Amino acid sequence: MKADIHQLYNKDAKEEGRTASPMPRRGFLQKSALAAMSLALGGEMVFAEYFPAGMIPAGLAQSDEPFQLPGKHPELVVLNDRPINAETPAHLLDPELTPADLFFVRNNGIPPEAETINPNTWTLTIDGESARQKRTYTLSELKQRFEQVTLQLTLECGGNGRKEFNPPAKGNQWSVGAVGCAAWTGVRLRDVLQDVGIKSDAVYIGYYGKDTHASGDPGKEPISRGVPVAKAMEPETLIAWSLNGEPLPWLNGYPLRLVVGGWPASCSGKWLERISIRNKVHDGVKMGGQSYRVPCNPVAPGAKVADEDMCIIESMPVKSLITYPKTGAMIRQGQQLPLRGHAWAGDLEVREMHYSIDFGMTWRPCRLEKPTNRHAWQHWQAEAGFPKKGYYEVWARATDSNGAMQPMLLPGWNPKGYLNNACHRIAVKVV
Amino acid sequence: MGKPNDTQDYDKLLRSLYRAIIFLSSFIVVLATGLIYYGLMGNPFSQSREATAAAVKREMPVADLPSADERIADGIHLATGLRVAEGFEVVRATCTGCHSGKLIAQNRATRDGWQEMIRWMQRTQGLWELGKNEADILDYLAANYAPVEIGRRANLDVEAIEWYILGE
Repeated sequence: MKADIHQLYNKDAKEEGRTASPMPRRGFLQKSALAAMSLALGGEMVFAEYFPAGMIPAGLAQSDEPFQLPGKHPELVVLNDRPINAETPAHLLDPELTPADLFFVRNNGIPPEAETINPNTWTLTIDGESARQKRTYTLSELKQRFEQVTLQLTLECGGNGRKEFNPPAKGNQWSVGAVGCAAWTGVRLRDVLQDVGIKSDAVYIGYYGKDTHASGDPGKEPISRGVPVAKAMEPETLIAWSLNGEPLPWLNGYPLRLVVGGWPASCSGKWLERISIRNKVHDGVKMGGQSYRVPCNPVAPGAKVADEDMCIIESMPVKSLITYPKTGAMIRQGQQLPLRGHAWAGDLEVREMHYSIDFGMTWRPCRLEKPTNRHAWQHWQAEAGFPKKGYYEVWARATDSNGAMQPMLLPGWNPKGYLNNACHRIAVKVV
Repeated sequence: MGKPNDTQDYDKLLRSLYRAIIFLSSFIVVLATGLIYYGLMGNPFSQSREATAAAVKREMPVADLPSADERIADGIHLATGLRVAEGFEVVRATCTGCHSGKLIAQNRATRDGWQEMIRWMQRTQGLWELGKNEADILDYLAANYAPVEIGRRANLDVEAIEWYILGE
């Protein structure tokens, strides 16, 4: 069966029902081919109309085919295929804005099937104990009624870097690439909440999306998190429908999502259909227990921490990446090594950026750009020289506007492995 | 200009064959998936944990698609990403109905740590009582996915680095 699918793909596009769409540089499958693919997959192929021709669905691909996610770059590292979780290798985060196909995917559940998503009929409902009324907006009403804004906002998974914790923490073992910064277009959450009316006892907002639980149990929700009202009311907190000028990628929340810059990306609900204004801390799925929480007080590695001693993560810590060169660069003696990357600091700004080529003994400053807007990651550059041949590591370290800097070792151990902001390292050889 | 008739006919035949195979395989996949779903979940509208547990005890279903790639490379079962060792089948059947085997394979924990994850799934994710299978599952996980002592921070994985020459 699989060989047949491969052959189906290798055949001439026109002959087998693949065709070029008006969208540039992409061919899409026609219905007949899609039906065959869906049958072979044993289920409807979601978001099939955006499934590029020439790409083999993951469910059918042989292991020697790269695992490819619909609409995503083949070099994303897939950590988990159900639910889908994939991170971006550091060197592919080099562009100033992360392209849509390179934006990491952290899904707690299964996205709604593409056939069920119609942006023309999609609605967002605002309700909750602290809403003055229950009100529903269509997507086009949101676009017409409220001021549209485009902001560069950094989203990072709370568990980015989990892989390095010892003892290990359960969950997807993210390395460094569960982060991205894109230009998001939408309306301010604040404007919509104010249009509905917020009672004075409002404490939190909680989102609900159209994704479903990975087990298939319709009675279970995959995730429903949120933020305190003060964060919701910040002018940079958006209800967004566009990433870098295009509709949101399906795996990143198409057609509508929250974007709450600087906080764990799990606050930024995808496939957004409802927001509740709560008169208490939102109690949705993955708000309680140990999810997206760290010990209120520091603990020793491996400690067991009771749920009531775990506190909700708010701002993400200061962090940076070396996006050029890719780790493993070999240069000649005397050759200067250009370095560049991005740095971000949750609710704060990055004030200084340094690099070291001697395992942290000496640090040299990098040129650091201001953020385009609050919560945008900041670009940095430097040129490193090396005294003699040998193996080196380039370490990068950002300092935030409060003076906090990235640790060289792992920061405070926590049971779920969140908030690892240890400095990024690449290997370099001078030959 | 056309291909000789016999080549065209052969192409046509081949194509019809593809379609027939795809259709038949799909039918089997759909049927098997349905049966497995039924076996695992029972009737979703009158689901009871006891019934589900009984179903699991009676016969251990294979939870991922039976058409999946059954090849094994370097001791890894390619379809699930799990290490093939004693207990593999019961782990595959029990765990991969709800989540990818890759979620297991990327994690490391002690036997107690794995048991804690099972308890969490039973508490919050609808995992049933595992009965006598639990010990086998824990043995497999503890043996194959045990933590490695890496100190406060591991070295860069120098073996895994692909060295390349960076031009000026």
